[in-house]
Amino acid sequence: MRARVLVRPKAGILDPQGQAVERALPALGFEGVENVHIGRLIELDVEDPEQLPAMCERLLVNPLIEDYEIVEALR
Amino acid sequence: MKFGVVRFPGSCDDVDALLAAQRVGEAVILWHQDRDLQGVDAVIIPGGFSYGDYLRVGAIARFAPVMESVIEFAHEGGLVLGICNGFQVLCEAGLLPGALLPNTTLRFVFRQVNLAVADPDTAFTRASGRGQILSIPVKHTTGRYYSPSPVHVVLRYAPGENPNGSQEDIAGVVNEDGNVFGLMPHPEHAVDPLMGSTDGLTIFESIRAHVGDRTLV
Repeated sequence: MRARVLVRPKAGILDPQGQAVERALPALGFEGVENVHIGRLIELDVEDPEQLPAMCERLLVNPLIEDYEIVEALR
Repeated sequence: MKFGVVRFPGSCDDVDALLAAQRVGEAVILWHQDRDLQGVDAVIIPGGFSYGDYLRVGAIARFAPVMESVIEFAHEGGLVLGICNGFQVLCEAGLLPGALLPNTTLRFVFRQVNLAVADPDTAFTRASGRGQILSIPVKHTTGRYYSPSPVHVVLRYAPGENPNGSQEDIAGVVNEDGNVFGLMPHPEHAVDPLMGSTDGLTIFESIRAHVGDRTLV
């Protein structure tokens, strides 16, 4: 399976990258944009997708500061 | 007493930490692949970019063979000091609470800062007084300390000097047992008049005094 792990800053943690983009968009004329957050995408082929949550908790993600979501991707 | 300074691929302040430690005692380098801590009394995890800091700062280094021994050493009460990247590694290893996030400015900061000693009664600050100001440099991009739970604060940036947006101006914290200390500023870069300050020696002298007392008991 090809999996995508979407990692984003936990709600409530200051995300200066997201803020910078949120400020930049109206400056270009794109109105009505809010809650911009910037995270990381980790794409990987795995033989045993059951191991993905453990991989996330042990290495791919720091659960103290980040939330994650595992989605299946088309190859 | 004998310090051990861990060297990961990508460590860059290991030699400064070694030389600073040698001003107050013996010091040796501990290679990241070795599990043998060579009988040291205190371990220093130095600054740098361990394993390139790929993925997240400190995330990969915490699984190095030497870290297994350091974690065991810490659980047995051994003194562990993490400076900058070392602080990040100790947080990732779960030896210290919290995590380090990118500076709110998203910029690298490199400057001398004043630190106020919030707790002079730790193994790492006992050579200082409460509220004493230490002038020590910071140099990092990922130094915004964050912890969702209360922590034992040892050093704070002096009012108006917080370089990274850390919560409550936190610059350094110690674990519950008081034997693991992490800080973003670099005491090893402030140990000689040539460097503009010798205030960093306080940290190394405190460790020596603490180990000396323990040996006498």
